[in-house]
Amino acid sequence: MNGPHDMGGLHGMGPVRIEKNEPVFHARWEGRVYALSIAIRAWNKWNIDTGRHHIELIPAAEYFRMSYYERWFVRLVDLLVETGLVTREEVARGKRARGSPKAVPALPAAQVGSPSGGRAVGRSDAQVAPRYRVGQRVRARTINPAGHTRLPRYARGRLGTIHRDHGVFVFPDTNAHNQGEKPQHVYSVRFAARELWGDQASPRDSVHLDMWDDYLEPA
Amino acid sequence: MSTTRRDFLAAAVGAAAQSPASAHEHDHDHEHDHQVVPSDLTLRVKSLESLLVEKGLVDPAALDALVDTYEHKVGPRNGARVIARAWVDPGYKQRLLADARAAVAELGYNSIQSENLVALENGPKLHNLVVCTLCSCYPSWLIGLPPVWYKSAAYRSRAVIDPRGVLRELGLELAEDVEVRVWDSTAELRYIVVPERPSGSESLGEQALTELVTRDSMIGVAKVAMSHTGDRK
Repeated sequence: MNGPHDMGGLHGMGPVRIEKNEPVFHARWEGRVYALSIAIRAWNKWNIDTGRHHIELIPAAEYFRMSYYERWFVRLVDLLVETGLVTREEVARGKRARGSPKAVPALPAAQVGSPSGGRAVGRSDAQVAPRYRVGQRVRARTINPAGHTRLPRYARGRLGTIHRDHGVFVFPDTNAHNQGEKPQHVYSVRFAARELWGDQASPRDSVHLDMWDDYLEPA
Repeated sequence: MSTTRRDFLAAAVGAAAQSPASAHEHDHDHEHDHQVVPSDLTLRVKSLESLLVEKGLVDPAALDALVDTYEHKVGPRNGARVIARAWVDPGYKQRLLADARAAVAELGYNSIQSENLVALENGPKLHNLVVCTLCSCYPSWLIGLPPVWYKSAAYRSRAVIDPRGVLRELGLELAEDVEVRVWDSTAELRYIVVPERPSGSESLGEQALTELVTRDSMIGVAKVAMSHTGDRK
């Protein structure tokens, strides 16, 4: 979706300021929201793409106003309710509805911090042939899906070169909406900075984006 | 209450809109000292946590352990060890650049969330810079959770269109003949920069080199200097 999260190339966002000796969390609630979000993932009620999409669904004005972990909190509540783990009434009251079942936590404390191992996140074992080869010229498709996508607006319609084939990954545009994994290759694609931004950019510079087969067409 | 901290956070949120916190400028001495968010978030999060615990959906001890992991066990020191090893051991550097996930696992750094990793080597004529314009993708198990500025609208919007300007603002002026490559983390690949080993460090051992490597140098917004003050972690 062409949401507020897709901000590459926007102006007016102010200077970048690095906070010295920044704490990991600026307040206790931030750490709790982070930990709740990680712990609840163990229920496998939604995938990482659905999770990202629910941040994007926060209305634009709210998205810009909110701090990072406030967005996480809103996302967490929305997904908990949507997947039926809790009801809005329970959230409002902060109490379990009478007669609702009591579960056993999916992530016990003893498991925290142990690497999950195995296949890396997003990767698929499916045998899928790559549509493009390293060195090939490609064009990022012009698409404007209303749902989730990882093809930023600033790269759409632009010419690039396949720099590296990362292998086969789950396709977020379908996976976020529970429409299947649609496994396909992901490539690092090099776009010359001038192709993206015009003459104001240095002729030496480039931006590399990771792109799925479905984001590309032959140039 | 430091106003600069509040300004900093407000800028980081990138809000053109006024934050509700501007309506509460008075001093605080408690934990939501540094927020620009409605103060009731503390209560709302507490209430959600107790609900989820009551329903048996989360184990409070697991939450404590998660916070402790990210506050105390995972941080840029892990990444710094990887970089220092790459500087002193050419074979290791080769493995790191070829398959970073396997190479960092050699040092015991397995991603808690099982993420993919790519290492990018800086040189005298090549500077790599990492961003995630769409969200906040970042190799947390190697350099800690991302700082506020990395997740800010300012960095996410500008790093791709004006990387040299951003670097200049942060005190790193790159010569025109240096190539800048920006890596926008749009998929499930996480990027770590292998900064240049500083000149004058030839006699230093791996341990001393580890001390020199900063978080920001592994994102690509700083170089590694022979000594650095005011550790940015």
